[in-house]
Amino acid sequence: MSTSTDHGRPDPEATSPASNSDGRPVSDRGDTVCVIGAGASGLTAIKNLREHGFGVDCYERETGVGGAWNWRHDRSPVYASTHLISSKPFTQFPDFPMPDSWPDYPHHGQLLSYFERYADHFDLRSHIWFGTEVIRVEPVEGDRWDVTTRSTGGYGPERTARYAAVVIANGHNWSPKLPRYEGLEQFRGEIMHASSYKDPAQLRGKRVLVVGAGNTGCDIAVEAAQQASRCWHSTRRGYWYAPKYVLGRPADQVNDSLLALRVPLRVRQWLYHWTLRLTVGDLTRFGLPKPDHRVYETHPIANSQLVYYVGHGGIGPVPDVARFHPYAVELADGREIDPEVVVFATGYLPRFEFLDASVFGDSAGAGRPTLWLNAFTPGHPTLAVAGLLQPDSGLFTLSHWQTVLFARLLQARRDRPERATAFAQRVRDRAGERYSGPVKDSSRHWFEVGHADYLRAIQSALSELEGK
Amino acid sequence: MSANSELRIMRGREWSRPVRPARREVLSAVPELEEGRPPLLFVPGFGHGAWAFAEHWLGHAASRGFSAYAVSLRGHGGSEPAPEATLRAYAHDVVQVAASLPRQAVLVGHGAGALVVAHALARYPARGAVLVAPVFGGWGVLGAALRRNPAGTLPAVFGGPLRLNRGQLFSRELPDEEARRYVGRLGRAGRRAQWALLGEPVAEPAVGAPPVLVLGSPDDRVVPASTLTRVARRYGSAPLLFPGMGHDLMLDARWAEPIDAILDWLEKEPAAH
Repeated sequence: MSTSTDHGRPDPEATSPASNSDGRPVSDRGDTVCVIGAGASGLTAIKNLREHGFGVDCYERETGVGGAWNWRHDRSPVYASTHLISSKPFTQFPDFPMPDSWPDYPHHGQLLSYFERYADHFDLRSHIWFGTEVIRVEPVEGDRWDVTTRSTGGYGPERTARYAAVVIANGHNWSPKLPRYEGLEQFRGEIMHASSYKDPAQLRGKRVLVVGAGNTGCDIAVEAAQQASRCWHSTRRGYWYAPKYVLGRPADQVNDSLLALRVPLRVRQWLYHWTLRLTVGDLTRFGLPKPDHRVYETHPIANSQLVYYVGHGGIGPVPDVARFHPYAVELADGREIDPEVVVFATGYLPRFEFLDASVFGDSAGAGRPTLWLNAFTPGHPTLAVAGLLQPDSGLFTLSHWQTVLFARLLQARRDRPERATAFAQRVRDRAGERYSGPVKDSSRHWFEVGHADYLRAIQSALSELEGK
Repeated sequence: MSANSELRIMRGREWSRPVRPARREVLSAVPELEEGRPPLLFVPGFGHGAWAFAEHWLGHAASRGFSAYAVSLRGHGGSEPAPEATLRAYAHDVVQVAASLPRQAVLVGHGAGALVVAHALARYPARGAVLVAPVFGGWGVLGAALRRNPAGTLPAVFGGPLRLNRGQLFSRELPDEEARRYVGRLGRAGRRAQWALLGEPVAEPAVGAPPVLVLGSPDDRVVPASTLTRVARRYGSAPLLFPGMGHDLMLDARWAEPIDAILDWLEKEPAAH
């Protein structure tokens, strides 16, 4: 489709004058779709919308693509050693494979070059406004959107443009979540969130306490075991530490062989427990707490080295932190330890500060919108969120299909409005659906999904939209 | 292809059993001046290697301002030997090379290479695709080959090599010596891939709705004209015909005509820019 919006830059001559409710001038971008963020999910949104014939303006607050995976970005959470925890077939975009010469679990630097090649290969950069941040997204009549932007850092004038649709792909791993502890202000040691941990040199020769048993917490604990003079690893409960390889293949590939055969969860859990018993055995003998849940019930932790270093004494497992003293940390079991550095690998919170929370059905403003397929908002058929998922596998395949579905929904709005209306009804009826088995602590992990369950849901949403 | 064809999202087998990598030979000719035209990736048919395109077509495309690449499917030409290769592994090789090119590529498949391209199109949104004398399999192709060249074809039915002769591949215009040299360079495809041809493996719909051009010769002794028409109709067009040429249009005496037609089509086709 050739439209005047194809070139990705608003042409002042061609846009019709309009203004919004406050009387600010708005440049009308016609059928163009706005994409917020040029990270992995934003890039695949641009590519898929372009492929379906839509003009796209993408706004990116940084000066490069790759979002969280670009270590040059000030919001990037990656550290020097970050590697993928899902193997290549689960991580790559389904229509742009990673090179055969790369390892099973690529390094974050390779991932960045992958996104840069994706952007160049499909000529996406000409649609991206770099160094531009979105400060407001407001619905206007006709299911259209006014998007207000300015230069990153608050310089320059604000500009408002009107779009036919908006894809929010601003990522969810940049706003650190710091738990509250009694006495934390008085603690004299160094405190950092994992987001500011970049290099093991920050830990070298020090006594380090790592709090949190997510994948990041485990990675940092492993690095502390190699670099620090002492390492404690505090976890709230016992977890299943999955090795990255089992039975001679990447573990997620083995798991998916079972999923493809639709082996029931119980059987998979039993097989998993059995393989773990054959390798690392009972972890409580190291002082690790016994898991209070079965495997697959929390976000998987893929780390072959953690147990290895616990077994070599490099990591001392300790329970939850009770309170901080000026020169010590008191643990839940009453013990006191004296770390010099405390690293909180306690995760991140999704934030959409440019959007009125009520648009998302999130009146509490808790950063927890009510969505269908974690992407579609009741009452706003031209708004989609891409990549707001915490899959038990790679994310990019999932955001690829989310954006394909959204592009086809926009096509249906134009060509077969009755189908788009039926879709909107399904969004209203089914918002808040979950796509995983039983999950422990599900309030914290509300956007946790099982990749197979989720992709099947997308598949059926697509065939309902386009079915005969 | 209609944009509304059914997409396949669940790919359990490809996730859990990815194709094992194999070293690939890629030959290329790039123009002196980059003019922003889409790169071309040539995919040879069974028995042929990237050399078949390096003879004439790569250089000719480059002289007209197109970057041109040719891959040898695993087990062919200078790529790693792969006696157990499948159609899926061949398509993997093509998608890998296409994704490694600097920009979105046009895939050009010849013979059974056109079938490999048709499969690759389901896994890679190509800028466009050209199917040259496409062999899409089925018993009809086997029947024609058995009639023309029973001694060369029969062993393939039992997993042996398929031996095409010069009468099947070239017109009489091609000097004898050259024809003999080309036939002497032919290798063989994996037996599993050869057998797959009999089943007439249907490719999934292409992603990204690329424009597709089908061309061939009505005097092709491997692909009957009716097959050309059928394949072209599948992609919503009619075949472009070059009478008097043999199956190997890129090596036959009048090799320049089809490649010029392909490049002209790419220059005119709006979606291929």
